[in-house]
Amino acid sequence: MARALIHVPATAKKGDVIEIKTLISHVMETGYRIGVTGQPIPRDIIDDFVCTYNGEEVFHAKLYPAIAANPFITFFTVATESGTLAFSWTDQHGATQVQTAAITVE
Amino acid sequence: MSRAAFVISSVIAATVVARAADIPLDQRRSDSDFISADTRAIQNDDTANPAMLAVLDGETLWNTKAGATNKSCADCHGDAEKSMKGVAARYPAFAAELGRPVDLEQQINLSRVADQKAEALPFESKELLALTAYIARQSRGMPVAVKDDAQAKPFIAAGRAIFEQRQGQLDLSCAQCHDDNWGKKLAGNPVPQAMANGYPIYRLEWQEVGSLQRRLRNCMSGMRAEPYDFGAPELVDLEYFLMWRARGLAMESPAVRP
Amino acid sequence: MKPEIDRDRSRREILQAAAALAGGGALLSVRPAAATPEMMKDAVRAVIGEAPVKKGKVKLDLPPLVENGNSVPCTVSVESPMTAADYVKAIHIFNEKNPQPNVISVRLNPRAGRASFSTRIRLADSQTVTAIAELSDGSFWSDDIDVIVTLAACIEEPKP
Repeated sequence: MARALIHVPATAKKGDVIEIKTLISHVMETGYRIGVTGQPIPRDIIDDFVCTYNGEEVFHAKLYPAIAANPFITFFTVATESGTLAFSWTDQHGATQVQTAAITVE
Repeated sequence: MSRAAFVISSVIAATVVARAADIPLDQRRSDSDFISADTRAIQNDDTANPAMLAVLDGETLWNTKAGATNKSCADCHGDAEKSMKGVAARYPAFAAELGRPVDLEQQINLSRVADQKAEALPFESKELLALTAYIARQSRGMPVAVKDDAQAKPFIAAGRAIFEQRQGQLDLSCAQCHDDNWGKKLAGNPVPQAMANGYPIYRLEWQEVGSLQRRLRNCMSGMRAEPYDFGAPELVDLEYFLMWRARGLAMESPAVRP
Repeated sequence: MKPEIDRDRSRREILQAAAALAGGGALLSVRPAAATPEMMKDAVRAVIGEAPVKKGKVKLDLPPLVENGNSVPCTVSVESPMTAADYVKAIHIFNEKNPQPNVISVRLNPRAGRASFSTRIRLADSQTVTAIAELSDGSFWSDDIDVIVTLAACIEEPKP
């Protein structure tokens, strides 16, 4: 499991637009760097990131090699109800990592 | 000769042969003063600083049992937020069992081997960097405060000698850039004073966290000098001098640097 | 949303193969050529089709002078009420000098509340970066920024 750091406010007022920050450990190898052997290091990137809020998609990003190592993505969502935000990162090989955060909405 | 090397030697050629003195204490500034506002903002935001991923890994390792004793760091040292407060600000420090100073990475390994009966972690390994970052984070904001007592002085002097010695194909010393020409531009970027108060750092050029020794070895390669091996006493002496040179500056670990 | 075709990559591969056949003894460069403004236009077309793109509504934020191209903070904001009747469906970022013209494609809906996101991107050279937003009414809007990328002075040897 890659280390991920997620910042979601623990509580929010209904209707507030809240900022969510995500950071995950990943080399995001572009496939263009030449290794010591003189051969390019194979591409290895996270290419898909999605956030769902109680199961509904609220943010989706398709990532390309131009995203910096240890992808940092921040975005906004409306605090609609209490529940769970789920964050999924999928790499080009199809492996997915999911992490969740709870939010209480008054 | 690379473009950077040509620029460096041109700058140095224009400098007076006799060295200027140490940077006056009140003129010393952290390297974070010489980086862009954007990079500084990343460093100062724990939700955005990529080195925090290593700090979190370090926290996990701190609490993970290891070695023949099956003890974690926490089992002896308790909560790192209390027990490690100020520790990184005091390293390098004299290790009685070796009769010479060690840096924080070496101290972690001394404890692993002697107290946990575990294997030493390789220099620059993800695990050693994580533990170092986690421990160093606990000194953030505190002044650099390495000892410079009678026992330390010969090693700090040895470190100073390396810092001031001309070396490599460019026949350049660290002091010529970082004491005499700090603030001037080199290949588009300002030359910092090389204050070591933020290690381990997330270096944008590396796209990962690395130690002061890694950075020093980079500098030496950049100067076209043969870098000392990781763990070499010369590197630790140089680290000791650099931390002494940064005494009083606030620790920023884990810092972000270009 | 149009299916994304990696047309820039397949075109480059064909050109390189042709060069290898025609070039005789010339060594095929392992490093792909940097993207060109034409490849960026192709990539944009692949993502948004033939629709006209107007300047406005979009604000792309990048430092004009980049310290290190490995990690450049990037923020895009689009003026929009983000209601069911009027919202931003997608935001795409393109570049013109990296080996590949796409940077990121974001999909949004009214639940976003604000059509804005931030990330950190890689820029291989000084160049123009473009952000294009697709609105729910089918219109496309853009902003672009010219960025100067300085290179690190002291490069380390590659890790063994």
